[in-house]
Amino acid sequence: MRRGLILGVVVLAAGAAAGSAVTRATPIDTTSLAGREGDAAKGETVFIAAGCASCHYAPDAEDDAKLILAGGQKFASDFGTFIAPNISMHPEAGIGDWTLEGFASAVKKGVSPEGQHYYPAFPYSSYVNMTDQDVVDLWAYWQTLPLDATPSQPHEIGFPFNIRRSVGVWKQLYVTEDWVLASADTPEIERGRYLVEALAHCGECHTPRDALGGLDRDDWLGGAPNPTGQGTIPSLRPDDLSWGPIEIAYYLETGFTPEFDSVGGHMVAVVENFAKLPETDRAAVAAYLKALP
Amino acid sequence: MKKHLTFAIAFAALGCGTAAYAQDDFTAQLKARQGQFRIMAINLGILGGMAQGKTEYNAEEAQAAADTLVAVSMIQQAPMWPAGSDDMAIEGTRAQPSIWEQNDDFLAKWGDFGTAALALQAAAAGGVEGLGPVMGQVGNACSACHDNHRAPAN
Repeated sequence: MRRGLILGVVVLAAGAAAGSAVTRATPIDTTSLAGREGDAAKGETVFIAAGCASCHYAPDAEDDAKLILAGGQKFASDFGTFIAPNISMHPEAGIGDWTLEGFASAVKKGVSPEGQHYYPAFPYSSYVNMTDQDVVDLWAYWQTLPLDATPSQPHEIGFPFNIRRSVGVWKQLYVTEDWVLASADTPEIERGRYLVEALAHCGECHTPRDALGGLDRDDWLGGAPNPTGQGTIPSLRPDDLSWGPIEIAYYLETGFTPEFDSVGGHMVAVVENFAKLPETDRAAVAAYLKALP
Repeated sequence: MKKHLTFAIAFAALGCGTAAYAQDDFTAQLKARQGQFRIMAINLGILGGMAQGKTEYNAEEAQAAADTLVAVSMIQQAPMWPAGSDDMAIEGTRAQPSIWEQNDDFLAKWGDFGTAALALQAAAAGGVEGLGPVMGQVGNACSACHDNHRAPAN
């Protein structure tokens, strides 16, 4: 923690020295969005695969209330506690007054409509590879979601991490559009790569982080301490995960391990999402994991 | 008569011993509750293996496994979960204090397992096609409780 703090100060100073070009919050280039029509039904699949609700529904929400994106769940980290904001369609409390361009900048660039950086607890470093069409479809689906007036709470983040400009440096260091698995040899593996590396943002928990909270891509999906402080999040690398493709897909469908223990913790929400996706998507994730070197 | 007396003394000694031991670290309760989950896993494995196509579907075996799950769901839980047998208080358990703090929620979720087990019992002998969705329902019931009330493994 102390090491992280010192490094944080160093990075902050470096950011200041490099000037505003590095720390500026650059929104998305909107030309690629132009002329695209949103399909809300397809957007629902993106919404499920990206796990938007899992972090943004209210704490302890059950069943249909899980579509009310009121925020309030807390996420502990080495840098403080992040509290998921209200991202419902409410025009004041949520994001109901946003434009498609603003939404796309938030999701893919981690930049707010006001031009501020979001903290990377919001997994835009994975969503950066979301296709433009998926973003447009997702926004179309978003229009169908309910409103909620619960105000967002401020994050519980201390100095120096409360200086949002420093996130600009972090983005320069860690956000890349390069796939970890550089070549996807079959359409199934390619779909799996899109699900694992982009939408479902599996690496955010299953890949270890360095002192500044950046993912160690050299140890991709190699397992990591659980940010809650209890236990570890397992490695999914082929040498460590002995489960076969059928077993991986079955786990994502039912939550049962090959020993018929059942899923727990935050992974429960992930399985709940994957159970709603087509069987081919669960098989694609398995194919991708087995294709890792 | 003498034989009866000996038996009674032995029984009393055994009973006292168990009680004294249990009071210390709840070994008996932990074994009992973890054992019931093990029975569940074994029988879910029989059904899940058929659902995945790893083993051939057999209506009689599927029914017996589902019946066993229903039987487990009928075991009364309270005596196996004495106060103070959570993972903050003792070793050898992943039971979180929330089980006692939100006991109604815990028992409701155990009840949901019973409901799902009954659905499985009704579907088990009706062919392998019917197993998949109901296994999903049972899986949801398991994970709904593990989400809140079980600590992560090491």
